[in-house]
Amino acid sequence: MRDRHLKYLLTMPAFLLVTATVIYPLGYAGIVSFMDWRLSRSRVPTDFVWLENFSRAFLEDPSFLNSLGVTITFVAGSAIGAVVFGLLIALLLARRGRGYSITRTVLVLPFAMSPALQGTSFRFFLNPEFGIFDAVLDALFPFLSHVDWLGSSGWAITWLILTDMWHWGPFLSLMLIGGLLSIPRDTLEAARVDGASAWTSFWTITLPQLTPVLAIAFVLKTIFSFKMFDYVYLLTGGGPGESTTTMTYYAFRMGFTAYDMGYASAIAFVLALLLVGVSAVYFRLLFPKGGAA
Amino acid sequence: MHLTPRQRERILFCLRGFAIAVLLAILLGPIAWIFLTSIKPLSEVYTMALLFEPTLDNFRAIFKRPFYVGDRLLNSIAISGFTVLIGVPVALAAAYSFSRFAMRFKKSLFFGVLATQFVPPIVVVLPFFLMFRQLHLLDTWTGMVWINLSIVLPFAIWMLKGFIDTIPVEMEEAAMTDGATRLRVIRDIVIPVTIPGVFVAAIFCFIFSWNDFLYALILTRKEAVTLPVVLSTFYTEEGDRWELMAATGTFILLPMFAISYFVQRHFVHGATQGSDR
Repeated sequence: MRDRHLKYLLTMPAFLLVTATVIYPLGYAGIVSFMDWRLSRSRVPTDFVWLENFSRAFLEDPSFLNSLGVTITFVAGSAIGAVVFGLLIALLLARRGRGYSITRTVLVLPFAMSPALQGTSFRFFLNPEFGIFDAVLDALFPFLSHVDWLGSSGWAITWLILTDMWHWGPFLSLMLIGGLLSIPRDTLEAARVDGASAWTSFWTITLPQLTPVLAIAFVLKTIFSFKMFDYVYLLTGGGPGESTTTMTYYAFRMGFTAYDMGYASAIAFVLALLLVGVSAVYFRLLFPKGGAA
Repeated sequence: MHLTPRQRERILFCLRGFAIAVLLAILLGPIAWIFLTSIKPLSEVYTMALLFEPTLDNFRAIFKRPFYVGDRLLNSIAISGFTVLIGVPVALAAAYSFSRFAMRFKKSLFFGVLATQFVPPIVVVLPFFLMFRQLHLLDTWTGMVWINLSIVLPFAIWMLKGFIDTIPVEMEEAAMTDGATRLRVIRDIVIPVTIPGVFVAAIFCFIFSWNDFLYALILTRKEAVTLPVVLSTFYTEEGDRWELMAATGTFILLPMFAISYFVQRHFVHGATQGSDR
């Protein structure tokens, strides 16, 4: 067989599968978002309602606007939090030596752990009566001992972010350790000889050299933060009230408890557009002049 | 306060040691606590006790009515297993093609495949739910393998392409000059060399589909339910059965340990390669 045909033949199965699993449903969701479709009343979409689902979301539905705010809070908090946590771990562990490399092996564990299991177990760990996190925190900070972590809206969103940071921070640190170890030691050595403090050389040498890796870690984390669902479902259940109801969770509830397919698709689509917009801005900033990735 | 450089070094060393201890406690503590809880007798589950008589009662309980974790375990293994068995060869073929051939729109095509990962699963899961209902694929292994392929494929293609890119192309060219066909080259030269990379990609894919929660939650009901979804069924009317969750959780954790060993060897080594000057 000639390469001319073979090269397309080899990519075909993957291409078909990816198209069938993403592009087609995406288009379908796009169409349904312009329709009125209560699954409890009809097996097929009933009416074409133009932008009614979207205007309902932005003009008449405070819950939707709330979920938009929660999503932005969560994404900003968890993206910044996970990258900073990752950076701290990386600065601690980017050293040569057996002890450090053994510690580094642990870093992949939180990322490989099922988010669903993490959500359920953290919920128990935070229980004010028999949770281990609660017990440890009460011992360390006695003035916080009265707090019901998942029962107050401020703490619930904080723990949602912390849970996500636990999962992602160590993984991002693996990327950053790679970057840190590739900074030439001579530069740091020279700075030290010239009398620069560790603090100065961090800000003037390490951080600038690490910026490209940090940027990629941040973009990656932002995208995954927008998609997060498991922790809301199992850790907080969107509550208390609607204080941790992100757009993903709100779309899920509209679709699978209210069976309002048209409206759920519209919300999901707004989320997808938001994500496309944010990624477009990022890529502009990261790769100016439309250069290659 | 003046310290000699040596004293300074010692203090820093101790501080770093302390920081590492705290970090390890934060990262490993929760995992260890899940495991400990799974072997605690019921009377100790809701206490902070570290000393107790270990028991297997919780594991016995989850395999019985009404939880049948054994069936769910089988589902999880089968779905993740088939996803890897189908996904990795398909991804390998595409990755080879992306790596070795000149193609029109290659860059956009490759980027397009990766960009599908930007699409939030909640957007595609609604249409999938409706589509599967029509095709009678709801609550089946086939349906779940199909949807898991969408999580796994872009990632596997990207990873394998990176791997194949590092293999020098000269050997293949030499074989082809000697008259070997392209398919023979792939079978006899490329695949044997790529095995370690394929292995790592397979492990990652297995973990991703093993951990999937959202798709399984919506697209399964009774027959094809996977382990992560079972967790939410332990929020029962008699209260939350934490000890049973922990026992199920231990099963969910098992491949993670086996797998992270290999991943670490690849990842940590790969990430720091060439930096040991």
